[in-house]
Amino acid sequence: VIVVIPVVALVAALWCAFPRSARLAPLATFVASLVGLVLAVQTLWTLRAGGVVIAAPGWIEIDSFGALLLCLIAFVYVTAALFSWGYLHADGDRRVRQYHANFNLFAFSMISIPCLSELGLVWIFVELTTLLSVLLVSYGLTAEAVEAAWKYMVLTLLGATVAVLGVLVLFWALHGTGSTDFTWDGLRAHAAAMPHALVGTAFVLLLVGYGAKIGFVPLHTWLPDAHSQAPSPVCAMLSGVETTAVLYVILRLRGVFAADPSLHVGTWFLIVGLVSVGAAALLIVQTHDYKRLFAFSTVEHMGIILTAAGIFTTAGDVGTVWQMLSHSVAKSFCFYAAGAALIVTGTREIADVRGLLGSNRLTAGALLFGSLAIGGAPPMAVFLSELAILWAAVQAHLYAVAALLALFIVIAFFGLLWRVTTMLAGTPSETRRQLPAACVLALVVAAVPVLLFGIWLPNGLSEALQSAARVIGL
Amino acid sequence: VTLLHELNALVLGLFIIATIAMTVTRQVGACLQVFVVQSLLLAASAFLLGVVPFSWHLVALGCVTVVSKAIVIPWLLRVLVPSEIHRKREIARAIDAPATLLAALVLTFAGYFFAQHLVTAAPNLSGGNISMGFAALLVGLLVLGVRVEAVPQLLGILAMENAAFLVGIAVAPDFPLIAELAIAFDVPLLAFIVALLTRIAYRSMGTTEVGGLSTLRERAP
Repeated sequence: VIVVIPVVALVAALWCAFPRSARLAPLATFVASLVGLVLAVQTLWTLRAGGVVIAAPGWIEIDSFGALLLCLIAFVYVTAALFSWGYLHADGDRRVRQYHANFNLFAFSMISIPCLSELGLVWIFVELTTLLSVLLVSYGLTAEAVEAAWKYMVLTLLGATVAVLGVLVLFWALHGTGSTDFTWDGLRAHAAAMPHALVGTAFVLLLVGYGAKIGFVPLHTWLPDAHSQAPSPVCAMLSGVETTAVLYVILRLRGVFAADPSLHVGTWFLIVGLVSVGAAALLIVQTHDYKRLFAFSTVEHMGIILTAAGIFTTAGDVGTVWQMLSHSVAKSFCFYAAGAALIVTGTREIADVRGLLGSNRLTAGALLFGSLAIGGAPPMAVFLSELAILWAAVQAHLYAVAALLALFIVIAFFGLLWRVTTMLAGTPSETRRQLPAACVLALVVAAVPVLLFGIWLPNGLSEALQSAARVIGL
Repeated sequence: VTLLHELNALVLGLFIIATIAMTVTRQVGACLQVFVVQSLLLAASAFLLGVVPFSWHLVALGCVTVVSKAIVIPWLLRVLVPSEIHRKREIARAIDAPATLLAALVLTFAGYFFAQHLVTAAPNLSGGNISMGFAALLVGLLVLGVRVEAVPQLLGILAMENAAFLVGIAVAPDFPLIAELAIAFDVPLLAFIVALLTRIAYRSMGTTEVGGLSTLRERAP
């Protein structure tokens, strides 16, 4: 099953590349994503209590943590495919076909990450996520879109180059123990015996290298630029799951680095996490573009997840995976809402949008709902996961961490609401267009888990979260 | 064995000189040629380290490097990037050539000394590869910082990747297939994507001086 899911996306990409497939390309993408979601949910259900599904020992393996990420990617893939259907309906056949071919390839690269257990292969697919999404970011073909794509590519590939050196040094460290089992489990099993100098160097290189791709401050500068220019469904994929998929790699390696107490991995996670949350909260307040607003919110949430992982307790680990889940579903919804606003108003400038509540209630409602959801208002999913992290910090006697995190979350929440509500009130400035039906459907589907997981977490999913947290905490 | 090590030391010296040359070579086409030389030197180091004890991983990596970086990438860039860009001389630079050279020397020493604590951790390995790899990585970063043209910026990234693999062939000679796969598929794909993006930039903006792009800067609401 775990081989079939990426292969389905690859087949859909190849199908969309054929010149005669333009009209069916959105359907092919949607069907491939739906098949992927069904198989991903089945995999998570199988692994919800623990265990591993092995397709190729030492290369292609997945456990509950990987299966959870796989489900998140598959879900956002479905909703993004649906939203793309409506979002691109006015574009020419050739561009739509190229978009869907690229989009499926991008999904293929991301879906592969949680299915792999060999760190070198994981690095290749992390780099592929950049390479296969650059042309999606530049899809608008404007000077600004090219600038955004270029910055995205240069910074993230720079990070990937630093990270590959980290991967090589980590292999060197593993080799020193007499093992060549370069998998998550192999690395953990031999972590204590690895030379400290090498593990420390690998830690720095991997945190900086992958940190550029995740968007940790100060390596986050590509993120708002790329998100302001990329088509909204691509933003949903980039922000909702791509950054999370790379953070997943760091989280899986936490146990390897933590085997050397002199590295103070937890402290570094807390510092980098809190700096990212704080800087993003302050940037949210002053941004002028509502897509950049949600991009800064992604920087904030990546910081929150890293901070939770830095607490180093079981409760903190549960908060980590819970926040990954709630962020992915809420952030993808936010970008669909932003995409809807862009379709309706034709501008990304917050100052140019007024009276949205009067002219298009659905879009206004979606923007407000998205802002409340990602800001952490009750009873949304993010509220509960952030509360769990704050409580975990208090239980671990990290009072300063809890206080700072709470302060930054509150600043970001009010910053988001302030910027979004200015777009809703007032007199509509111009004639507004209607949303395509596929976009409306995508918004509805994407909203379900945002609200549902805040009110009721199904037993199977709750079990899977606990199991995934155990994988991080091993 | 001693001769091989001495030859490898010579290759490493030339490797760092080639990387420094990439920071100051003004013509885009010439920068590409210097990158090809740097890649061939990486391949030469892999061959020299792979002879005794024999390592088919290193020999394969050397072969893949020659094909991918000395043949496929220059061909891709010549086919996809408009020829006038190859002939173009970079006038605008972030900092001028003497200052760039000075910065490159400082970074070379910084990388060399940073790597020393790793070299002492593994006395049996080729310490020169580790030191020069780290030094070239920092100089590659400088290439990215000072060059404003799209193609030299791409070559800066690839030069950094070469530097990372220069370390890799010494510290992880039996790294399972990954380096070969990365160089064989990822790197040409990277060059292809960058070349396409360069074409798009040339059409939409009339320039490929991507280093000066700053219209998306954050501003107060």
